[in-house]
Amino acid sequence: MELTLAIAIGVLSASGVYLLLRPRTFQVIIGLSLVSYAVNLFILSMGRLRMDAAPILSGADADITNYADPVPQALVLTAIVIGFAMTALFLVVLLAARGLSGSDHVDGKGD
Amino acid sequence: MTGMNHIAILPILIPMAAAVFNLIGGDGRSNRRIIGINIGFSVLLLLVSILLVAVLAQSDTAAAAVYPLGNWPVPFGIVLVADRLAAVMVLTTSILSLAALIFASARWHSRGTNFFPLFHALVMGLNGAFLTGDLFNLFVFFELLLAASYGLALHGGGRNRVRAAMHYIVINLVASFLFLIGVALIYGTTGTLNMADIARAVPHIAADNVGLFEAGVAVLGIAFLIKAGSWPLHFWLPNTYSSAAPPVAALFAIMTKVGFYAILRLWTLVFANQTGPELAFGQNVLFVLGIATVAYGSVGALSSKALDRLASYLILVSAGTLLLAVAYNVPGVTTGALYYVVVATLAAGALFLLKDVIDQVLPAEAQILAVSLEFYGDEEDVIDEDQEVSRSFPAAATLLGWCFAIAALVMAGLPPLSGFLSKFAMLSAAFNAPSAPTAATWWITGALIISGLFVLIAMVRNGINIFWTSLPDDGGLALRPLEVGPIMVLLALCVLMAVFAGPALSYFADTAQFIHSPQNYIDLVLPKGETP
Repeated sequence: MELTLAIAIGVLSASGVYLLLRPRTFQVIIGLSLVSYAVNLFILSMGRLRMDAAPILSGADADITNYADPVPQALVLTAIVIGFAMTALFLVVLLAARGLSGSDHVDGKGD
Repeated sequence: MTGMNHIAILPILIPMAAAVFNLIGGDGRSNRRIIGINIGFSVLLLLVSILLVAVLAQSDTAAAAVYPLGNWPVPFGIVLVADRLAAVMVLTTSILSLAALIFASARWHSRGTNFFPLFHALVMGLNGAFLTGDLFNLFVFFELLLAASYGLALHGGGRNRVRAAMHYIVINLVASFLFLIGVALIYGTTGTLNMADIARAVPHIAADNVGLFEAGVAVLGIAFLIKAGSWPLHFWLPNTYSSAAPPVAALFAIMTKVGFYAILRLWTLVFANQTGPELAFGQNVLFVLGIATVAYGSVGALSSKALDRLASYLILVSAGTLLLAVAYNVPGVTTGALYYVVVATLAAGALFLLKDVIDQVLPAEAQILAVSLEFYGDEEDVIDEDQEVSRSFPAAATLLGWCFAIAALVMAGLPPLSGFLSKFAMLSAAFNAPSAPTAATWWITGALIISGLFVLIAMVRNGINIFWTSLPDDGGLALRPLEVGPIMVLLALCVLMAVFAGPALSYFADTAQFIHSPQNYIDLVLPKGETP
């Protein structure tokens, strides 16, 4: 399971970084989305990977080792919301830049 | 201090209330009443920040307002910590934002929609980033201030602004992802997000995890260095700052200082005073980056013909100077750096505002000249031998000239103004440090003095261009009091900082002492008697 997740994060971030470095704004925004998926998975993995473990304790005498760490799950929720909002905002700027410069190059140059 | 602890959240709540008010009551069309209420909110924020600093200045050195949000027990809940460092940064933000807001209320606020709510949201994010004692909460406030700054960078519209803002947004989104990776790694290795708790936990990290922890801190450091405008991560900065609307650029002057603040706070807390193999992790890297940033900023300042570009490069110079001071890791140098961060921010903000006023009074052909000089160089620059160099200035031009001269003296660090005092404080402390002078001492001396010379040359050349060759002869330039007033106040504060250097420096010395003994911070934030 660790290996699967590590490969997924690696592939997502590698493709994301490649797309980020491309000159078209649309490629950049897809790259940003891929990197944000990779980062979200990475945050989740930092709470240690657990199968079939709830993040909420039940009862005062529950054994804490049977539960998953809830903090990274809360963090990742925040990160998803913020990343999504920022990507949406960037999409608007992308459209504005396309309209003003007539080109989808990140520097607004015609090709 | 118990009753005063609530004051720690007010610098966040007041701008939030202002932003909410504008969203509900502002209805897009800003009239005189709305502007008045907005300035009222800003004045209120300024009063609260002054109160915060005054209360802390009268308490003992290790005092701070600690405010656990929702009263959750500290390492688990989010905590706000208004210590002397945070308080002085909040005060600087409040002064700068009030000046920029008054300046904007003259005409810039109506150049686009939703200026006021975005402006207050940015101030809220800045104050939150300075006050929070929790790493993930710091991320949230960073995003808040960045989201507002994206909107503000686009304020006024136009092709250049949109292009610069697009680069700015992409770079900062990537920086935010790096921030998250760093935070996740630190959480994975220390099991906590509270800054004080991280500092406490660092010596107890398992040996296998130390490398992972350091990787996390390095990634986090890159995110902060991008915000701080450190070489070679600064290429977004000059374009964004010089194409943003002037009051927005003035407020942006403090945004690079957020990166500086985060580095100073976390690095001194977690690394600078640890013993053993963790001692001063990354110190050399920070120092070299500081030197490179100062060098790049100085050369960039020399190469810029337009005043707003010059101001952007001056921001880089001050960012590099601050990085150097942090990396030197001596309380006395930090004292000078804290003094410097206040005056450099105020002067840079004033310079961005001054540029707009000068643009209004300059004849159109002079502006075209400045722009074409920027693109084509100045081989055709013919000096008219017959023209008198000195001539009687009309009062308005004299006023602008004085403002420019004061800003130049402060930025270049010439006596008798506060820029000189701050650099002198840094250098004298660097030479008086134990085991000084080392190679690093000479490097920091050289960087500060040579960058001062470069900045002086750049400012003088710009001043000659503007005031001696370009300003129209006939007197009575039309200036708006709402626009000149804030500039004069900001620069007057720089002068006052020099007049009252004694009390200011003793406040900053106490602050630096507090920063450099992280156990104080840990004892302050974490409940007493907790064993790891």
